[in-house]
Amino acid sequence: MLNIDCPWCGKRHETEFRYGGEAHIARPEDPAKLDDAEWAEFLFMRTNTKGYFAERWLHSHGCRRWFNVIRHTVTHEIVGSYKMGEKPPKLPKSAGGAK
Amino acid sequence: MTQAFRTTSGGRIDRKKAITFTFNGKPYIGYEGDTLASALLANGVHLLGRSFKYHRPRGIVAAGAEEPNSMVQLGEGATTEPNIRATQISLYDGLTASSVNVWPNVEFDISAINGLFAKIMTAGFYNKTFMWPRSMWMKLYEPVIRRAAGWGKAPTQQDPDIYDHMHLHVEVMIVGGGPAGLMAALAAGRAGARVLLVDEQSEFGGSLLSRKRQIGAKDEAGWIAEMVAELEAMPDVTLLSRSTAFGYYDHNYLCVLEQKTDHLPAAERVGKVRQRVWHVRAGQVVLATGAHERPLVFADNDRPGIMLAGSVQTYVNRYGVLPGKKMALFTNNDAAYEAAIDLQAAGGDVVAIIDCRSEVSGELVDAARALDIEILAGHAITGTCGGKRVESVEVRAIQKGAKVYTSAARQIKCDLVAMSGGWSPVVHLFSQSQGQLEYDEEKACFLPGTPRQAQQVAGALAGEFTLKDCLAGGYKAGADAARATGFTPKRKPAAPEIDEPDLSGIEPFWIVPGSRPIGEGMAKHFVDLQNDTTAADIELAVREGFESVEHIKRYTLTGFGTDQGKTSNINALAILSGILDKPIPKVGTTTFRPPYTPVSYGALAGRNLGDWSDPVRVTSIHDWHVENGALFENVGQWKRPWYFPKAGETMQDALNRECLAVRSGVGVLDASTLGKIDIRGPDAAEFLNRIYTNAWAKLGIGRVRYGLMCHEDGMVFDDGTTARLAEDRFLMTTTTGGAAGVLDWLEEYLQTEWPELKVYCNSVTEQWATVSIAGPKAGAVLKKLAPDMDLSQENFPFLSFKEGVVAGIDARVFRISFTGELTYEINVPWTCGRVLWEAVMEAGAEFDITPYGTESMHILRAEKGFIIVGQETDGTTTPQDLGMDWIVSKKKPDFIGKRSFTRSDTARADRKQLVGLLTDKPDDVLPEGAQLVFIPHSPKPMPMAGHVTSSYYSATLGRSIALALVKGGHDRMGQKIFAPLEGKTVTAEIVDPVFYDKEGERLNG
Ligand SMILES: [Zn+2]
Repeated sequence: MLNIDCPWCGKRHETEFRYGGEAHIARPEDPAKLDDAEWAEFLFMRTNTKGYFAERWLHSHGCRRWFNVIRHTVTHEIVGSYKMGEKPPKLPKSAGGAK
Repeated sequence: MTQAFRTTSGGRIDRKKAITFTFNGKPYIGYEGDTLASALLANGVHLLGRSFKYHRPRGIVAAGAEEPNSMVQLGEGATTEPNIRATQISLYDGLTASSVNVWPNVEFDISAINGLFAKIMTAGFYNKTFMWPRSMWMKLYEPVIRRAAGWGKAPTQQDPDIYDHMHLHVEVMIVGGGPAGLMAALAAGRAGARVLLVDEQSEFGGSLLSRKRQIGAKDEAGWIAEMVAELEAMPDVTLLSRSTAFGYYDHNYLCVLEQKTDHLPAAERVGKVRQRVWHVRAGQVVLATGAHERPLVFADNDRPGIMLAGSVQTYVNRYGVLPGKKMALFTNNDAAYEAAIDLQAAGGDVVAIIDCRSEVSGELVDAARALDIEILAGHAITGTCGGKRVESVEVRAIQKGAKVYTSAARQIKCDLVAMSGGWSPVVHLFSQSQGQLEYDEEKACFLPGTPRQAQQVAGALAGEFTLKDCLAGGYKAGADAARATGFTPKRKPAAPEIDEPDLSGIEPFWIVPGSRPIGEGMAKHFVDLQNDTTAADIELAVREGFESVEHIKRYTLTGFGTDQGKTSNINALAILSGILDKPIPKVGTTTFRPPYTPVSYGALAGRNLGDWSDPVRVTSIHDWHVENGALFENVGQWKRPWYFPKAGETMQDALNRECLAVRSGVGVLDASTLGKIDIRGPDAAEFLNRIYTNAWAKLGIGRVRYGLMCHEDGMVFDDGTTARLAEDRFLMTTTTGGAAGVLDWLEEYLQTEWPELKVYCNSVTEQWATVSIAGPKAGAVLKKLAPDMDLSQENFPFLSFKEGVVAGIDARVFRISFTGELTYEINVPWTCGRVLWEAVMEAGAEFDITPYGTESMHILRAEKGFIIVGQETDGTTTPQDLGMDWIVSKKKPDFIGKRSFTRSDTARADRKQLVGLLTDKPDDVLPEGAQLVFIPHSPKPMPMAGHVTSSYYSATLGRSIALALVKGGHDRMGQKIFAPLEGKTVTAEIVDPVFYDKEGERLNG
């Protein structure tokens, strides 16, 4: 079970949160201008990263805030979490390993 | 016979405290400090059970968690437990246990005949033999196999014991209380960290409980006592013995099973917690889990009396038991010699040491020679004899590289064979924590590589096989862990003088050939004793094309079962590496998964049983429903009244009465569970405009509107009515089950997509109780309760609400309708729900007001063709599919889901669309979920046309009705469709989904 650092509440067990998928995928400004392929790209395609991954979490059983987390998808190492609109923390050079 | 195999002195047992116990119906005596296994061995009992497939006699192999064989049925009645290892059962007064997998009894077992059919029970026998036809499986294979290979029996009564869970946060958690773990705890504890030390055994000490060692001025027992005393005196150090860390999860989250009363006689357990699961989050974890000894794989290596050498040493030194009086030792390493020396010192006789290494030398070898023990270097055991106990071994000189030994055979009589193929570090938890393993050629074992989590390893797990290294490594690991969590370790204590023999020499020897090729003749080379997997099975699996270690595991069952292959996994993959001619690291290991040892369901459930298994949500009117005989339906965690049967009524009778009351008089429904969300802010209307498919900007204050919500893919995911309370304030209702999800959804868009919108959302579901009165007489009832409220059509039209006083309570009254009848939904503060409900019942008495539940609500709305999200929709249904184009705005430039409506897939003409169905026979009620076809009796597989989403008997219409999703259904009005059911095919006509009052004339009463 992950130990997730909510930027508003601090570290809490994963069971308090809801997963929100890949972060930084903005809803298109004007969906009507997109053709089917472009819209499908937004709707369905995600990067499926092996490594450090920016993802969204909702502290649904806590402060009810959405925020972003950088997590390594293999080791589950969490580099840091940041509020919506903030810049992501710097990534370590190598993946995983003991802290 | 009383403890004929007990030594005269020594061991950690209390010889003054005799304990009476029963095994297979016979009474025995043991001592306090014994396990069931050591007490049975003290009484000369070796035959404990029968093997899984072949029903061969089996005995005790090991002395701890790695034991593959000696599973027993422990206790009787409601507290009985199947398949518990005798090596892990602390003896207590009145213990009863019996063998598993035996019939009629362990001495005479009919299924041993399986052994004669061994040829068909080779690798993959489940997959091959019992495939087809299915009827044979049901009638023959399954019952026969169940009895023949059943192992123990689960209790049939409810578990009467108490279990609980505890949560703990520490800086340093240490798993394993042997010398390394104790030193780690000392280092971290002295540094001031909060420390948890867990150990699965009844007492701390690990390998020092089995081996005699002088540590400085103390013997092993004195050293352990001193360490434990210092740790116990530290206020921030928690010591848990009889506690197994069984799961190591992400971010240093570990689960520990503490067995609190399993070692006590029944009378002393009463009222106490039996087992506790600890949920631990640790800053740093020190794994000091030790090592398990590996068996050697030779012909017929499974007879009772063939044991691991280190376990023999444990029985001698810790329990004062001679597992045999004439022992042959078979080894490929030096360490095992100590078992022979200790057994001889305790009064046993070592008849020979058979060592597969051609040259042997060293301290322990010399010591054995000094005791006049015959050492046969370069020899191997190539066979064993004996029925229910080993009686002799066949020994031959090893012919290097040969697949068959033709050298002269010598028979050596013995009643005990100790074997040692070296030691495997207990990497299970390390591996569970995602750490990668590395093979060490010199030590011939897998060792932990780079850890993935905040973690240290120490002791035998880290390949530190000497006590000196364990003490130093343990202290360093504990100090490093403390430092990493912000503490300053104290100076390292001076290393004590340790009297310890050199244990290091080893030469791997993975499979011992015999006088015939492996797999030929009757001899079996067992790799996994619990699953009866042999070396020949692994060879067969490779011949049949399985090469990956994970596939071999599943095909041969190696490593399955309650021991998870603790003694077999490494041997199996080393043998596989030999067959494939690939180095061991290239073959790799299988995945180690939790739990490390079995955990009972009772412990996992803890106190979350019965009423506590899941939170139950009830409305403030719930008690009235109970008092008035309602039956309940679970909707999410809510209990909702399902229907209110009167004496003598069937369910259908009650539904008919409830529905007709609403259509002809007045009914009342507790609608408090509907989700309610208060939405405020200057941009609230704009926000709703983007969330819902229809337009909201121009909704007047005091007015209500129905809305559909879609995901970006255009699929419906919730619906409900929303009222405009003020210019900047709305009250949204959602489905009962969807309330939390909708709030999350709203927050997601507000916080991540449109943070510029000034809107706040709050759940107010449990702030408002809702009583819905519906039917032509609804107005008359409300008039009595709210005489000052203007209920005229002009001033209180459909889809509007009023604030006022109802039954003396401040209320909001909404004119909406889910039944098609004139309906008032009265909202009052939650705690006033029952007062309002009873006032409504009293006021309605003269109109015979009828409480109704969710089932009648479903029928009434289906008569009107109103959808239920999750019933008429399944996440692949658009508003257009539902025939609800009228609610999808054409004018709004954008809203969630809009763009997807023009995708080629969502615009297809043959999508499943909502229709009504009327069966040809009015009494046929289609089953919900029934599949539909356009052509009846066509060849299978029939092309599917859709499915029934809702189906009821409608008392209002005097016939059955159904809603269905049918391919291209909107253009198929009047056509026939068919439901092929078991034994009959029902024919129905596709019709408009609105069955009743198509013009909506009844809405106004
Ligand atoms: Zn939070």
